[in-house]
Amino acid sequence: MNFGLSDEQGLLQDAIRGFLEGQTPLDSIRKFAADGNGLQASIWQGLIDLGATGVIIPEQFGGSDLGMFDATVIMEAIGRTVAPVPYLSTAVLAPIALLGSGSDAQQQDGLNKISAGDVTFGVGLTEATGVRRDAGLTLTGTKLSGKALFVMDGLKADQLILAVGSDTLVSVSATAAGLTRNRLNVSDKTRGIAEVLLDHVDCELIGAAGSATQTIEKMIDAGRIGLAAESFGAAEILFYRARDYALERNQFERPIGSFQSIKHLCAEMIADLEPCRSLIWYAAYAYDELPEEASLMACHAKANTQEVAKMVARSATEIHGGMGFTDLMGLHYWLKRIELNRQLLGGPEATREAAAKLQGLVA
Amino acid sequence: MDLTFSQEHQDFRKQVQGFLEEHKGTAPNMKAVNGTSSAPTPSVKRWQHILIENGYTARTIPKEYGGYGGEADLIKGLIIQEEFIAADVSTGLTGQGISMLVPTLLELGTEEQKRKWISATIRGDVVWCQGYSEPGAGSDLASLKTKAVIEGDQFVINGQKIWTSSAHFSDMCFILVRTEPDAPKHHGISYLLMPMTTQGIEVRPLVTITGDAMFNEMFLTDVKIGSDQLVGERGKGWMVANATLKHERGMIGNPAQTEANLNALIKLMKAETCDGIRAVDMPVFRDRLMRLQGRLLGLKLHSLRLLSDDLNGKAPDHGGLIVKYSTAYLNHELYSLGVDVMGELGTLYGGDAYQSELDWQKMFLGSFSSIIGGGTAQIQKNVISERGLGMPREPRVTMGAKGWAMM
Ligand SMILES: Cc1cc2nc3c(=O)[nH]c(=O)nc-3n(C[C@H](O)[C@H](O)[C@H](O)COP(=O)(O)OP(=O)(O)OC[C@H]3O[C@@H](n4cnc5c(N)ncnc54)[C@H](O)[C@@H]3O)c2cc1C
Repeated sequence: MNFGLSDEQGLLQDAIRGFLEGQTPLDSIRKFAADGNGLQASIWQGLIDLGATGVIIPEQFGGSDLGMFDATVIMEAIGRTVAPVPYLSTAVLAPIALLGSGSDAQQQDGLNKISAGDVTFGVGLTEATGVRRDAGLTLTGTKLSGKALFVMDGLKADQLILAVGSDTLVSVSATAAGLTRNRLNVSDKTRGIAEVLLDHVDCELIGAAGSATQTIEKMIDAGRIGLAAESFGAAEILFYRARDYALERNQFERPIGSFQSIKHLCAEMIADLEPCRSLIWYAAYAYDELPEEASLMACHAKANTQEVAKMVARSATEIHGGMGFTDLMGLHYWLKRIELNRQLLGGPEATREAAAKLQGLVA
Repeated sequence: MDLTFSQEHQDFRKQVQGFLEEHKGTAPNMKAVNGTSSAPTPSVKRWQHILIENGYTARTIPKEYGGYGGEADLIKGLIIQEEFIAADVSTGLTGQGISMLVPTLLELGTEEQKRKWISATIRGDVVWCQGYSEPGAGSDLASLKTKAVIEGDQFVINGQKIWTSSAHFSDMCFILVRTEPDAPKHHGISYLLMPMTTQGIEVRPLVTITGDAMFNEMFLTDVKIGSDQLVGERGKGWMVANATLKHERGMIGNPAQTEANLNALIKLMKAETCDGIRAVDMPVFRDRLMRLQGRLLGLKLHSLRLLSDDLNGKAPDHGGLIVKYSTAYLNHELYSLGVDVMGELGTLYGGDAYQSELDWQKMFLGSFSSIIGGGTAQIQKNVISERGLGMPREPRVTMGAKGWAMM
């Protein structure tokens, strides 16, 4: 029994963290945010070179056939560095869609390209996790019309995977005739979130119409676990920056970290954070090994981590005083990543309600 | 990450399940086993003996001290705990003697002390209380004043203890006394074993928030005990006491128990109705329940992570320091939800026809005990930040002629 990273997973973590940390000094993050693409080519290429896009893809399609747990390790590293990469959609959700419902030809083509880093995906599941305003898609034959909102990583992706209702998956080229995508001006400028408008656009079904319910559920589970891991990574960085700042900054002739109110904020943050790590690890492990527990664990991992991460972001910002409110420290990039993740694929209230449903507690 | 159990452990789990199947009917009720108002009854002791014989409690305590003499196997410990909780069967006596004194004696006691006390304690024949806190020494325990002087081959103890749980029915007390009044405060303390029948001990019950008299004041006047009742060295009692406190923190923060409480809460919420609507069908209550479940799962898995780290020889970090703190508040909120779900009926208390199977009000009131006892939550946060996160202690202050001043 080992509740934690295996030696290989530890090496993977070191490699990914080491690479991403080198690529994301604060000045660079500012530039990425100013570009607002959510996709920084050299970082993305570096992840491809490290084999990160193939971790959940079987070897026959060029992947390394590891699992969601390993993908979670990578997502956490992305959160720690607020790296602008379409990892969740391309390397986690798209493979799950193709493996779960794709035809042999779609798998052969799509999965090999993902492993090799030849394609990026955006994914829109909002219809399956909560419709806002006039969002909604209709499918007539292979023609897709309507509006997909909050397409994750969709702004610069080559290909989009969209859920039609909660039982059908389609794939469309981002450059298809009749497709328009607009940037959604979210506060986290390191992400490329899009609104996609479709007017009789040619699409490819992933599986027959109405047959993808289970696949979509798996995508949502994996997405929730991945987002939780990303937020955890971001929160842990915020926490340690606050602790370090508290030991450095002096007021009243002493480090502010000697004031008990600051110490206690730190103690509360770490006490709430640590269990999230275990919850996320377990949820990812359940996704790979204990499928009957996966959905419930994904809900709790997402809801609990997002609540804690929000509290950590608040406390860490507060501990930095005025500095916390400025752009000088850049703390806000991590805070905004946490804030966006909180809402994606269901906020805490929605995911807790989903958890209750899974246990038969909702009449 | 690999959470599979070896064949040996899978077989062990089956064996535990088999045992529970066979004995479930005859096991005494959980509450009866660890009552706070009286010594263990004969049937509880019989159950304790069965558990020891089968290695389900006192598992790693050597045979020569009356234990089962099993090898240290954290996974087997985990399996026992999981299966007993799932079957709602008591894992036997806890209490301060078993949870705190016995591990301390195993670590620091003399051979004679081990032989004399461990077996009798784990079998429930000798009940202990913990004589640490004093009116002037709570969180700042090392400022304790109860003193003991050596006269011939005896310690003579004078002073006062307070909050001494179970003192009114205990046979023995492990007590902290000042033996070196001139030494710095942490260096003048000794750890003694004091028979409660000794002349000069007066125990006065203190009624608590729950209405029970579970703890006491203890007045000590010229109490004489043999000098061989010292554990560890004279003046080194602070170190001995800290070894004990470590075990107490483990005892108070047990997420497995909290899980059983959560299951009881779910059962309550499925049964209890207001305006004909079940609590579980009210979204606001349901959301509170799910929040608590998420936190509980986090803590439970965190404990599993700590166990795994221990198993794999990883050095402990701040992770272990958070368990008691987090579990105490989680329990408190869990019982609060039980009370809120029952509404006005939730304030009923201590036996009323309208109460549910469990006394939620009493459990809610009782939950303050682990927020305060064994080091308050605020003190835990000091410990987490200082020992866990390397943050400084706050300076001391004193009232000078011009008001408060730093020392
Ligand atoms: C149910 C129960 C059973 C107990 N059983 C026993 C027993 O069997 N034997 C025994 O010896 N003791 C026992 N105790 C005593 C217990 O250990 C003390 O109550 C506890 O350590 C707190 O001490 P105090 O009550 O003197 O509070 P104080 O130390 O006076 O604390 C009062 C408040 O001040 C805060 N405070 C104090 N110092 C600091 C600081 N440095 N930083 C921040 N906040 C601070 C505390 O957090 C608390 O909120 C028991 C207590 C309870 C509630």
